[in-house]
Amino acid sequence: MSSAQIEIQLIASVVAIACAIPGTFLVLRKMALITDAISHSILPGIVIGFFITHDLSSPLLIILAAASGVLTVVLVEFIQKTGLVKEDTAIGLVFPVLFSIGIILIAQNANDIHLDVDAVLLGELAFAPFDRLGFNDIDLGPKSLWIIGSILLITLGLLFAFFKELKVSTFDAGLASALGLSPAVMHYGLMTVSSITTVGAFDAVGAILVIALMIAPAATAYLLTNDLKKMLVLAVVFGVGSAITGYWVAHALDASISGSMTTVLGLVFLIAYLFAPGRGLFSVLYRQRQQRIEVSLLTFLLHLGNHKEVEERHVKHLNEHINWQKVQSKSVLDLALKNNMITIDNDIVSLTKKGKDFTTKAINYIVTNKNSEIENMKDDFFLFRG
Amino acid sequence: MDLREYIALVFDDYTLRTITLGTAVLGAICGMLGSFAVLRKQSLLGDAISHAALPGIAIAFLIIGVKSSSIFLLGALISGLIGTFWIRGITQKTHLKSDTALGLILSLFFGFGMLLLTYIQKQPNANQAGLESYLFGQAATLLESDVWLMVIVTGISLVIVLLFWKELKLLLFDPDYTKTLGFNTKFLDILITTFIVVAIVLGLQTVGVVLMSAMLLAPAAAARQWTNNLGKMVFLAALFGASSGVLGTAISASHNNLSTGPVIVLVAGVFVLFSFIFSPGRGLLFREIRFRKNRNDLQLHKTLSFMYNIASTHEDISHPHAIKILNNFQGFTRKSLQKLEDKDYVKIDGPMWSMTETGYHTAANLYNQLIKEEDE
Repeated sequence: MSSAQIEIQLIASVVAIACAIPGTFLVLRKMALITDAISHSILPGIVIGFFITHDLSSPLLIILAAASGVLTVVLVEFIQKTGLVKEDTAIGLVFPVLFSIGIILIAQNANDIHLDVDAVLLGELAFAPFDRLGFNDIDLGPKSLWIIGSILLITLGLLFAFFKELKVSTFDAGLASALGLSPAVMHYGLMTVSSITTVGAFDAVGAILVIALMIAPAATAYLLTNDLKKMLVLAVVFGVGSAITGYWVAHALDASISGSMTTVLGLVFLIAYLFAPGRGLFSVLYRQRQQRIEVSLLTFLLHLGNHKEVEERHVKHLNEHINWQKVQSKSVLDLALKNNMITIDNDIVSLTKKGKDFTTKAINYIVTNKNSEIENMKDDFFLFRG
Repeated sequence: MDLREYIALVFDDYTLRTITLGTAVLGAICGMLGSFAVLRKQSLLGDAISHAALPGIAIAFLIIGVKSSSIFLLGALISGLIGTFWIRGITQKTHLKSDTALGLILSLFFGFGMLLLTYIQKQPNANQAGLESYLFGQAATLLESDVWLMVIVTGISLVIVLLFWKELKLLLFDPDYTKTLGFNTKFLDILITTFIVVAIVLGLQTVGVVLMSAMLLAPAAAARQWTNNLGKMVFLAALFGASSGVLGTAISASHNNLSTGPVIVLVAGVFVLFSFIFSPGRGLLFREIRFRKNRNDLQLHKTLSFMYNIASTHEDISHPHAIKILNNFQGFTRKSLQKLEDKDYVKIDGPMWSMTETGYHTAANLYNQLIKEEDE
């Protein structure tokens, strides 16, 4: 590994961490799409800043761009407050307009501006190590590492200082304001940090891939845990892991680094989406199937409990009376047998004592209808689940 | 280039005519289908899908190896649909919310598309040039065949929308009721979503991935301000969309260095801004005027009832009182006093005022009237 390669990976990892932290809170606050809006609408801020400073990494430019990000949030909220359109429409209206202004500004001044729209969208991580920060001829490392590093330090400082406040205002804005913590301050603080991070990161990974780095690690982590601290740590781990893996994938394919970082993030999310224990697609589908069979079982047991007549309890009768398919009736019957809830004697099904108890309690459940009760009850009675 | 020259050029010049027609048709179909997207609260779906279409274009190119806008459209359509259904899968099967799902699909598909595009650019294939035009759109690349395709698709979607008008309208405003009536809501849902995806994909070549969502939203959001009737809204949105297409093309053609896509979006944005402010029913300007008028009316009533309280303590209701005694009361100004006199509720005589018979009567019934109005 050459030193440039190490530096690129270092920058990518720092960007990933800096994005994952505000991203986690944005995902939890259901404001993920505001990153989409911010990342597009910082463009006019960047262009105007570039007119003034002629330097893509000057602090003034970052402040101007971040200000246009915050302006987006304010505009979106203003439009939303008028009640003329819904929130999502407001977001969808504001950022394309600002982005268009940015593109037109660039196109109009294409001659004096060394700013490529592609670079704004994609960033050029591969060139980041060449733009170095020097002081008295001493090489201090790549400029973008300094920028994004200081943004990360600020973000971390704010995170540790206001962790409790952020947590409360994220999960219960009402409680937060009752406790005297202003949710509005937290909201705009978070928006400012997100804007600054987006601007800092856009240089390295481009405007659109910032969205991926903010949302994807947080969403993946959210599929795996319900604990805020764990979620933050997992998001950082996923972000850094995908950044480094993505770099090597890009290296192998000789393609865009930010594109391959996003692709790796996408694959990580896909795996979590499919296989996350308890929340992933497969376990949700499995649970839904299990619940369907268990509900069928309950219906069946209730039917048995209500009928003393022999002909109503004949195995053959099940299909026609409750109108089940053969396979389903078989699996329900098997489940009931396995759990010792019924006995079959000469094709006549009868409830055991346990089956009767279960049925009585189940009726109780249906009457009181408390969701939590039935799961405990199932644990008490079932040896095998559906 | 002045306006007359421009109009002459539209009829003579092949490129300009094609672009103008293309953007007009595109604006119309986007406005029409965008109305449904906006009312179904799927505004940002357009953004997500237009980004999600990018890998489809790149894969289509990788497979066939030449540039062909119809094959690209097919690829874009397929990957757009995959994106749409994945978004549904995420929101329905996991606890992630729709904003996260939209943002995820948008950025992940786009990133993957960029990976493929940069990979293609490194390939020794001369045909790859111009694939990036799908990022920001390049109206100049429109051919007559593209415009015909747009016209045909617009025609089909118009027929479908008219055919399923009643069902779609019902689905928009009361999905549960639609279901209980026995309509196949899943089919209707997929139908309208598919057509929205088709409209987005059609626009990619002209306005590009990034700005496509505005094309879909802006005409519909503007039209929404002028009417509460779905039919009128769809028609108006199509009209706004087509006019922003034509106007945007005209503006960008008459200046150097103005790409068509962003200008069209800005024109559509101006339509939205104008509608937000000046629409008579919902617009901010008229709302403010109504608000002021109501406040003035209320203040007038307040003054009048205060005067009534004073006058009613006297046997003679038109006994004059000094204006000064109103001074410690907030809702009174010289103007409101003048207004009361114009309405013949009070008489002003120098520094004194006195109540008239009508004024006394109105004031006595002020609150009764209010109650009556509320009852009605």
